[in-house]
Amino acid sequence: MKSLAELQEIRNRTIGNLTMRKEEDDAVRVVVGMATCGIAAGARPVMSAFVEEIAKRNLANVTVAQTGCIGVCRLEPIVEVTLPGQDKVTYVKMSPEKVARVVAEHIVNKQVVTEYTIGAAE
Amino acid sequence: MEELSLHILDIVQNSVAAKAELIEVEIVEDIEADTLTITITDNGCGMSEEMVKKVVDPFTTGRKTRRVGLGIPLFKLAAELTGGDFEIESELGKGTRILARFGHSHIDRQPLGDIASTMHQLIVMNENTDFLYVHKVNGNEFKLDTREVKEILGGVSLAEYEVMVWLLEYLKENEDSLYKTVGKE
Repeated sequence: MKSLAELQEIRNRTIGNLTMRKEEDDAVRVVVGMATCGIAAGARPVMSAFVEEIAKRNLANVTVAQTGCIGVCRLEPIVEVTLPGQDKVTYVKMSPEKVARVVAEHIVNKQVVTEYTIGAAE
Repeated sequence: MEELSLHILDIVQNSVAAKAELIEVEIVEDIEADTLTITITDNGCGMSEEMVKKVVDPFTTGRKTRRVGLGIPLFKLAAELTGGDFEIESELGKGTRILARFGHSHIDRQPLGDIASTMHQLIVMNENTDFLYVHKVNGNEFKLDTREVKEILGGVSLAEYEVMVWLLEYLKENEDSLYKTVGKE
């Protein structure tokens, strides 16, 4: 059973090598739409999948955030991925399975997964 | 929405938008009384009396990207479908309290679902907001106060991956054990 004492250990281990990923210029930004429409369409597992994939690959320069309704509710769950110095890419009708591909191909290998983008859906 | 925990994820976004510093989420499952009660209390900006009356109407929203707001009406409907009830009270400058009571064994009651993931996301994605989470199942209780967690972390971010992974496991294990002990009795 996990305990708060364990958290203390993690804290002591982590405090030394704090990765200042927040304000860096080379940060990759992932934003998941988490309004009623997004949540009802399955945004929570999508968000969890991003966090898991990124933790698994130890990608320290990626921040995952949430936002409200992006305005195209019928295409939820919607995720916006912004690589440093590049235009935002909007992925639609996302699922945890699709997340694995977006992380591997877009975030790691810098190749947009065109077939999942809003441009391909519309 | 297929799970009560998804309603919670959604409704708490309102508290975050209301700039609450502390958000309390309480779930009380009382098998004997056959109720499941969810209470969400925040100390955010609150609403006027007029707005409180209007928020249960799907054609009311605080947002500009679309003209409907379904979070609260869906939550209210989910409770009423199970013979339960729904209350909302709010005061400008003080905060808002929402209570939804469900018939625990009612066939139309949605399962609570993955509440660990809901609380995990709320806590990690809103680091500047504190959460007090309490889940009671009959006599058992699980309580998580992020003020306590942050004190232990002493400056280490909740968004540190190792911390995030620990927190999710911690929530899941404690949620599971709430029900295990019930079964043994």
